[in-house]
Amino acid sequence: MENRKLLEVKDLVVHFDTFQGAVQAVRGVSWYLKEKETVAIVGESGCGKTVSIQTVIGLNPRKNGSVRGGEVLFEGKDLLALTQKEMREYQGNQLSIIFQDPFTFLNPTMTVGEQIMEPYLLHSRASRQEARARALEILRLISLPNPEETMKRYPHQLSGGMRQRVMVAMALICDPKILFADEPTTALDVTIQAQIMELMNGLKEKLNTSIVLITHDMGVVANMAERIYVMYAGKIVEHGDAETVFHHPKHPYTWGLLGSVPRLDERIQSELYSIPGTPPDLIAPPKGCAFAARCRYAKQICRKCEPPRIGFEEPEHYAYCWLNHPECIRRNGVTVREEE
Amino acid sequence: MANQVPLLELKHVKTSFKVPQGVLKAVNGVSLTIYKGETVGLVGESGCGKSTLGKTILRLYRPDEGQVLYEGRDIWSYRGREKKQYTRKVQMIFQDPYACLDPLSVVSDIVAEGLRIHRMYEGQALEDRVTELLQMVGLGREHASRFPHEFSGGQRQRIGIARALSLEPELIVCDEPISALDVSIQAQVVNLLKKLQKEMGLSYLFITHDLSMVRQISNRIAVMYLGSLVEIADSEDIYLKHYHPYTKALLSAIPIADPAVERSRRRILLGGDVPSPVNLPKGCSFCGRCPDACDQCRREAPQLREIEPGHFVACHLAGAKKTVQK
Amino acid sequence: MNKKNDSIKFAPDDFAPLPDSEKNGEQLARKKTSYWRDVWRNFRKNKAAMASLVLMALMVLLVLAGPEISGYNYYSNDYSAVNQLPGHAHWFGTDSLGRDLWTRVWAGGRVSLLIAILATLIPELIGMVVGGISGYFGGKVDMVIMRAIDVLMGIPSLIYMILLMIVLGSGNIATLVIAMSITGWMGSARSTRGLILQLKTREFVTASETLGASPAWVIARRLIPNTLGIRVVGITMSLPSAIFYEAFLSYIGLGVTPPTPSWGQLVKAAGEVFRYYPYQFLIPCACVALTMLCFNLIGDGLRDALDPRLRS
Repeated sequence: MENRKLLEVKDLVVHFDTFQGAVQAVRGVSWYLKEKETVAIVGESGCGKTVSIQTVIGLNPRKNGSVRGGEVLFEGKDLLALTQKEMREYQGNQLSIIFQDPFTFLNPTMTVGEQIMEPYLLHSRASRQEARARALEILRLISLPNPEETMKRYPHQLSGGMRQRVMVAMALICDPKILFADEPTTALDVTIQAQIMELMNGLKEKLNTSIVLITHDMGVVANMAERIYVMYAGKIVEHGDAETVFHHPKHPYTWGLLGSVPRLDERIQSELYSIPGTPPDLIAPPKGCAFAARCRYAKQICRKCEPPRIGFEEPEHYAYCWLNHPECIRRNGVTVREEE
Repeated sequence: MANQVPLLELKHVKTSFKVPQGVLKAVNGVSLTIYKGETVGLVGESGCGKSTLGKTILRLYRPDEGQVLYEGRDIWSYRGREKKQYTRKVQMIFQDPYACLDPLSVVSDIVAEGLRIHRMYEGQALEDRVTELLQMVGLGREHASRFPHEFSGGQRQRIGIARALSLEPELIVCDEPISALDVSIQAQVVNLLKKLQKEMGLSYLFITHDLSMVRQISNRIAVMYLGSLVEIADSEDIYLKHYHPYTKALLSAIPIADPAVERSRRRILLGGDVPSPVNLPKGCSFCGRCPDACDQCRREAPQLREIEPGHFVACHLAGAKKTVQK
Repeated sequence: MNKKNDSIKFAPDDFAPLPDSEKNGEQLARKKTSYWRDVWRNFRKNKAAMASLVLMALMVLLVLAGPEISGYNYYSNDYSAVNQLPGHAHWFGTDSLGRDLWTRVWAGGRVSLLIAILATLIPELIGMVVGGISGYFGGKVDMVIMRAIDVLMGIPSLIYMILLMIVLGSGNIATLVIAMSITGWMGSARSTRGLILQLKTREFVTASETLGASPAWVIARRLIPNTLGIRVVGITMSLPSAIFYEAFLSYIGLGVTPPTPSWGQLVKAAGEVFRYYPYQFLIPCACVALTMLCFNLIGDGLRDALDPRLRS
């Protein structure tokens, strides 16, 4: 896996001004994506995962100064330094995105065929015939039944799963280098979700597209991702490859996330593992570790200082948690997950 | 199961709506019994009629056919005060934690609404009761004067639970109470519901599309597809023994949070989408997507049959050949 | 390992467990806000609306206090001082019967504003109840009420007005308010019904029903309060038309009877001498225009402040 870094986000800080103060949605986040790879950013709603990719793809208004710092390097070029107009060259072309709810994203007054062709007509100087041929090609690629018929339909005539496929087709028509998928299956039923996951997993091989997957569903992550970033309260708390994060997690939040998902192949538990409380309000993020208030292993220091990045045996596996600090291990021994 | 007392019985309930294209048969002949103190999980995909069934139980929709019996009495035979009394026994928890609380009321008024409607407490006693209810769901007196929009999704859902508990119901219909919540919060709410059940002897009808979570709270699970129940089984069993092809596909579609397992897993992928419940075809409602459908399936609709003690399946083919996996 | 942190000196209790009492996972960090406080905060940002609000407050103050501070009353004639220009003795001058115009304008404002407010709020209230019932019950009830409204709205309101004036006797404030209420509630009923049709499928309304709430409870406590936010705009916007309508009725002789002044009466009386004494006409006209403008701007500001899309 000596692929180069296709996209690299460095120390991204994004704030939103509200009347009660600035919401510190993303508080210094760094991650990268290699070619032909699926990376998942996992976290609960409000943890900043959606905001950070919207910033990367340029969907956040920049003029009110919401991006407070950091760099987004795509093939060595800083996307944050580009103007809106320059950014439009990338949007839908090299970087495309699919959203959670396809219905609100699709234009109800245009046929889906027109909508699939639109980005292609915009970014390449193709004729309508060429665009049509390309659209059909993509629809066949994602094995949509009756592509010709479907192209003539309007969004409301399609089912939820079909709409999500149309979104995928729109995102893929320009042959993007990176596909950002923001909770692509959350609004779908499980049987349809399985279809879409299968489809997206197949894309990597067929089109060499890298995928940034954003979700809170650990099952979907397990199915799709190669590497995982766990985000909490605007920061990354743990990173590692999928196997490591699932089998040897080191951050108590990751423990909680994994523990609170019941598994179908396990026996019924008398009580589900759960994380007490609610995530902090990012208008006034707590001092120290943001997770301390909900962490059952929290130490005194967690309220005072932010935890440092600590690496582990597995390459690139790291977590931001005091429990893994040598001083903590020296005094308390190794902290292990309680339910194990 | 035989010595248990039935609390709510659905007998061949059909609920339909008139739509421009025809008649939408949301619930198409459902029979189900909920016993005292048990939790029945009702699982199905969107549009299968599970929410309509829940609302039929709450007397919000009147069934076209069939009966809903509560402690042996048809809930549509209630007159006058009895109707109001029924709302004290059967309560509901809603799906959308943002829409289910009146944005203009403070939390204490939301929780106290039922108590005021039924004039159960007054003055200081009412205030104390509200505080007690809030504490039961892990909130405190300091939250009572806040507005709903100041709370997170999980906290709002717990406010909704406190409201449902205020009338000391016997049965709570939980309509997708966790599907709009984050995973860590889902577990919180499920644990809370379990705890309350133990303390108050509640019965639940837990409506959801999430089989893995519902298994953790239910005693029995009923799988619904296009208005009818296709399989009813003990929740301990259902992952190991399932006969209906839809249940099989549903279980196989749910991703398991373990990359090693996911990579080695074979999925039964269902083709196509759920057909529209308007003008249903004859025969088995699943036959259009079923990999094993035969002529009989297209001709006549299968009825629920008891294949094993307590395990019901509505499939012509179930039991005919060995369909158990694993 | 992180290089920087290796050199940190740790306190002895740094790695002691944090007691549960110091974990407050349920705290609400944001300040308490209420819906209306939020609206007010947004409203204040709109400069035109704020200026209108201040101007309106000033106007109301003058209407209340104006007649008292001039030292004249609105009905006494003074033939020694007819048609005087605005000046030291009479701030707004006098009319053709020598009555002090300052006093008459503000006393007329009392009548005009009172009629406007009552003739807006009463039909609004009727409309809310009727619209609430119609929207909540739906079906046949809704059909009957809506068709009745269609028929009533088809008849020009001036015809009613004249008929009602004949039956109730014209000339006093009560008659005017009753007549304007009877003709004015239909619009509000329609718009309330529309809002309630949207609201009644919301889960919090269903929640009230499952708690055993009667229709009256649901309409009065859940539905109507939630329509108010939007209706408030309608109410502020219909106040100016009520003011104008009163002025219009007085002008055509169906309004309050002299010597009781109202802005419409004043305009009518001054219209006859407009060529010679234009100030007598312009001052009450300006009052009507200014009040209408202010209410419109306030309504505009309220609409922006209440719009959920603009709030966050």
